[in-house]
Amino acid sequence: MVVLSEEQVMLRDMAAEWARERMPVTAYRKLFTGAFPLGHDPAAWADMAAMGWAGIVVPEELGGVDFGYRSLGLVLEELGKSLAASPLISSALIVATALRLAGTAEQQARWLPGIADGSVIGALALDEGPRHAPLATALTARQRGDGWQLDGLKRPVPDGMAASLFVVVARTSGGPGDGDGLTLFLVEPDAVGLARTSLDQVDARSPALLTLAGVALAGDAVLGPVGGAGVLLDRILDCGRAGIAAEMLGTASQAFETVLDYLKTRVQFGQLIGSFQALQHRAGAMFGELQLLRSAVEAALAALDVGDAEAPQLVSLAKAMAGDTLHRISNEMIQLHGGIGMTHEHDAGLYLKRARVADQSYGNAAFHRERWGRLNGF
Amino acid sequence: MAEETGGEDAAFRAKVRDWIAANFPPALRGCDPLLYQGDAVAAAGDANFQLWRERMADIGWGVPTWPRRYGGAGLEEAQGRIILQELAAASAFNPIRSYGTMMLGPTLLEYGSEEQKLEHLPPIARHERRWCQGFSEPGAGSDLASLQMRCTDMGDHWLVSGQKIWTSGADQADWCFALVRTDTTSKHGGISFLLIDMKSPGVEARPIVLISGSTHFCEVFFNDVQVPKGNLVGAINQGWGIAKRLLQFERDSLSVGRGAVPSLAPLARDYVGVDEQGRIADPDLRARLIRNGMRVTAFGQTLKRLATEAKAGNGPNSGVSAVKNLWSDIMQERAELLVEMMGANGLGWSGEAFSDEERAATRAWLHSKAYSIYGGSYEVQANIVAKRVLGLPDHR
Repeated sequence: MVVLSEEQVMLRDMAAEWARERMPVTAYRKLFTGAFPLGHDPAAWADMAAMGWAGIVVPEELGGVDFGYRSLGLVLEELGKSLAASPLISSALIVATALRLAGTAEQQARWLPGIADGSVIGALALDEGPRHAPLATALTARQRGDGWQLDGLKRPVPDGMAASLFVVVARTSGGPGDGDGLTLFLVEPDAVGLARTSLDQVDARSPALLTLAGVALAGDAVLGPVGGAGVLLDRILDCGRAGIAAEMLGTASQAFETVLDYLKTRVQFGQLIGSFQALQHRAGAMFGELQLLRSAVEAALAALDVGDAEAPQLVSLAKAMAGDTLHRISNEMIQLHGGIGMTHEHDAGLYLKRARVADQSYGNAAFHRERWGRLNGF
Repeated sequence: MAEETGGEDAAFRAKVRDWIAANFPPALRGCDPLLYQGDAVAAAGDANFQLWRERMADIGWGVPTWPRRYGGAGLEEAQGRIILQELAAASAFNPIRSYGTMMLGPTLLEYGSEEQKLEHLPPIARHERRWCQGFSEPGAGSDLASLQMRCTDMGDHWLVSGQKIWTSGADQADWCFALVRTDTTSKHGGISFLLIDMKSPGVEARPIVLISGSTHFCEVFFNDVQVPKGNLVGAINQGWGIAKRLLQFERDSLSVGRGAVPSLAPLARDYVGVDEQGRIADPDLRARLIRNGMRVTAFGQTLKRLATEAKAGNGPNSGVSAVKNLWSDIMQERAELLVEMMGANGLGWSGEAFSDEERAATRAWLHSKAYSIYGGSYEVQANIVAKRVLGLPDHR
């Protein structure tokens, strides 16, 4: 386990303070009024970009600060506490990583400075059905002269309504289920034949449904190898998975703190309900699970930073535990608040809704338990 | 895991590695240290073990952070960790480790008089004097402070009468550190911490047979036992505070610092078989094995993280209770899974029809039921977490 550097402690404290003042849960609540059809508050995103967060994993020569995944994870954890909505994971983490790992010098110079300063918002268009299954990709890319033609559908695409650059996962050979034949493409939203509509999901983050009908791309739209992007995609996804696990750690930690506050203030039967042993032991069990989750998340992010060969299983461990633990704590958050927890006015429901969407993102707990099991000989 | 950066630590690590290579008897490689720790007869009869014990005692590395005058090596915590890591890397073990080093020693270092330290710490540092813990009584288990064993001031000595139970290794112990009642008018404020020579007239230890077949635990009877006045640790009626601190050390040693836990996957593949995709053939068992395997891994990560965080702080803290409950929960589940995957062979008790591994799994599974009872039960630990870590209120 790596101890935080002084700069990382400063970054975390800055993120905590900013999230507390600028992005409390009341800010997230505004998404449910339809005030932000892009799925986030653009003014808040501009603030985040101004603080350099969009460039945390972007190299310095391309406008970033090259500060590593653990550092970005610290910011995401703080933002997760108050459910702050932003395209940080989609753009600054996933698409930035894709370009960094696979982009040509021209592609990196074209896009990474904009991603680092927040003026470009990237989004990964991968899933096509109700379940995360990268190899099930069916959207086709056919060679047309020097270029390509893309046809198919993507849903849900997180931050897809806000995106100014898509990384589209397409099939250049084989069929759904095949390990080979996947290729990544850089696609701009004004491409002819591309349409996006907003999906009204429970967490109000408005991912997109993307349709691509005869979208024509130049040859230089290919990102990385043609037909062999499966391994690359896994590496990119693992960065996103560790990042959202960090966000979920923050969300679970705050949900737990909110429950604890309630146990210490709510009086029934002439007692603070937190004095009841049955509830104390449930709180103690949640505290224990949070300990395991924190360890798993920190280990996964650290593994990505040093290029540990075991990063895939460490990431799956973190994402699976994040899914399971947040599932449990978000359910307990409702139950332990009783009737008030069922109201939209209370925050518990917001945590529950965001918890389920985060679990489904980039592979739910079951997906990652299976992946961990395969990687470890089960 | 790069724990140290300085050349000083690297040099120390190299020195430790060389010393272990030169001094650890190869015959002991991979041996279960608990065998020697728990069985004085086995330990005394094994020349290799005795040689290894004497060498470690002479260099003081069994208790590396204790001062030299008490038999330690006067080293820093970080150097102590390096010794443990290098022992593990060489498939060696610490032959000095005992209840004395884990529980009484740290307690005496904090609360003992100079005379008590000089008398008792050096034999502990050499593992020449075995200790047992006289805390629980038939009427005082989880509610330890309700203990009744009487200790009366007779002027020139203490007179002790009563019974202790669940005393690990009492039948082999040379000495006992006990909680005794010196005042009946105050529950917590009437307890004292007393050191008792097990050879004193009136002391009798009887082994108890457990569900696992183990006779490790004893009941101990004290009938008008005379104890010298100088054997009381700390002030009279102040024993509860000392006991609480000692129990923190005990919890710390129970859960923290355990070695890597082997994956159950290879054994499961052998016993259950694999499907055409190479997965463990029983999907229900497989799912539960995976879940437990992940928790075992995350628990190991948690120990590492807490150790790193503890470097900044000092000594064990209340968070240890949460860790102990995670550990007992995860390891009990693992023991159940091991027996389940072995099927009928995982329920063998004795005889050549079952492999050593199978019989060991049966016993380990039965023994694992104690994980959530000893060292403060699961429920008591949960109370401690709720009150001391989470700050939840007391019931009125």
